[in-house]
Amino acid sequence: MIRYTIARFFSLIISLIVASLVIFLVIQVIPGDPASFMLGINAREDTLAALRSEMGLDQPLTLRYFDWVIGMFQGDFGNSWTYKTPVSELIADRIWVSLPLAIYALILSTLIAFPAGIVAASRRGGASDVTIMGATQMGVAIPNFWFAMIMVLIFAINLRWFSAGGFPGWSNPLQGLKSLTLPAISLALPQAAILARIMRSSLLDILLEDFIRTARAKGLTRSQALWRHAVRNALIPVLTIIGLQFSFLLAGGIIIEQIFFLPGLGRLIFQAISARDLIVVESVVMLLVFTVIMVNFAVDITYAIVDPRLRRKS
Amino acid sequence: MSRGLVIGAFLTLFFVALACVSFLWVPYDIETLQISNKLKTPNLNHWLGTDHFGRDVLSMVMMGARTSIAVALLAVGIGMAIGVPLGLFSAARRGSFLDEIIMRGNDLIFAFPSLVIAILITAVFGASAVNAIVAIGIFNIPVFARLTRAVALPLWERDFVLSARVCGKSETRISVEHIFPNIMNLMIVQGTIQFSLGILAEASLSYIGLGAQPPTASWGRMLADAQTLVSIAPHVALVPGLAILLMVLGLNLMGDGLRDRFDPRIKKNRT
Repeated sequence: MIRYTIARFFSLIISLIVASLVIFLVIQVIPGDPASFMLGINAREDTLAALRSEMGLDQPLTLRYFDWVIGMFQGDFGNSWTYKTPVSELIADRIWVSLPLAIYALILSTLIAFPAGIVAASRRGGASDVTIMGATQMGVAIPNFWFAMIMVLIFAINLRWFSAGGFPGWSNPLQGLKSLTLPAISLALPQAAILARIMRSSLLDILLEDFIRTARAKGLTRSQALWRHAVRNALIPVLTIIGLQFSFLLAGGIIIEQIFFLPGLGRLIFQAISARDLIVVESVVMLLVFTVIMVNFAVDITYAIVDPRLRRKS
Repeated sequence: MSRGLVIGAFLTLFFVALACVSFLWVPYDIETLQISNKLKTPNLNHWLGTDHFGRDVLSMVMMGARTSIAVALLAVGIGMAIGVPLGLFSAARRGSFLDEIIMRGNDLIFAFPSLVIAILITAVFGASAVNAIVAIGIFNIPVFARLTRAVALPLWERDFVLSARVCGKSETRISVEHIFPNIMNLMIVQGTIQFSLGILAEASLSYIGLGAQPPTASWGRMLADAQTLVSIAPHVALVPGLAILLMVLGLNLMGDGLRDRFDPRIKKNRT
């Protein structure tokens, strides 16, 4: 277990280093002069010079890279060129929309997918299985931003149950949660469909195992065997997918936040791209990649704790 | 043949046919704006109605099919053209240092949130269909590399590969002449799945304005234009969304059906 953790930790560090190098390269090196990229072709020479020195562009590349990385360790993500505030403050503001949204969507997707997958597996070939599998096919194929538009049309414009967008803040938690509901459903739908399919196929695999036959032989009914023995074992692959989904939901919020005018990280990165505010783009992308890599690491470790076979293999 | 495969193939061919026909004929020219004729609901002259510029929605969907299919197909092409040789090489040199480097590189690409990186690429290099193709294509590479390696590895233990070795064939020749033909079916299956993901990704990118630029029609852009009009003219939002949904659904059904036929790893008793 310790060897496995160390090996995974080592590859985690390498992933983070390479990721930061790639992001640095794409943003700081490839556009040539980031300052003139940010300010456009009509920028005055003195404005350019001011931005260059603020971004530290007069210094060698390696120094700039290390400055950036060390800064991030200290919580200093640089200053936004358009907002004139530290990027860390912008992120701290926005994360309180994006993170709850991702968690909300993850909970919804799990709540939908678990029962759906279990019912489909336990009634394999039956009417409910066919219906659920048909629904998941649709769920995977629907573009979530289109689904969001349809929901706005139905629940916000026609029924007026929810507002069509915006976020009132967390001063009234219920109101905040309510305004995240439609976005969370649109984010959760395709994920729930994928998760339900994996839950079902993972359960079906396990139902063929010897220990299920043993359980049946000692007198358990099919559904008792399913609930007591199969579900728990089927959770292992499902757990991995949930971990991957969390990072997807966090990043996938970019489009959904755009539709619902939610002031989250996605909207921040999108506005920063339109304003060519590379400092914000660089840091938010790094933060998202960092989160994804860390979550994957956590999933791998949990996986090894839950499934001892994995430790021995590595 | 399974029912899913038939329905899927039918839906896919339908949209491919729409795209092909659009090269020869569309009901109306989509570059001529007719504001006086805007936001008409579906009628005999305009089967799917008109949009906010008075353009015929059916013609837009046909032209959009062309963009979606071209972008997704080329992106899958990039993934296959780079990923499959990488996977074949890794399998041939299994356990070597280069194999390790290639596989860890794949893991790394998987760790990046693809949408964020696609946005990053189009943000730095400019929004265009070509950059969308590259951005989507990059994330197809590890998918094909991993799959190729995984299915090629057991083949290297088989007798026919051993015979080829005895004949003195090099690793490269064995990969090309013996391994590749045996994994081609699975590549087609995976290609279908990646194709459908590519359609969705293209729609997302052009929806946020980072895909094909006007006047090129694309389904995602049609949805973006329709967003503010959804309450006055729902058909402009419903039609392109349904087009994406049906095309992706068709490709997924086809992919699943093909996999059931071709993939020996699928247990027969599962479905």
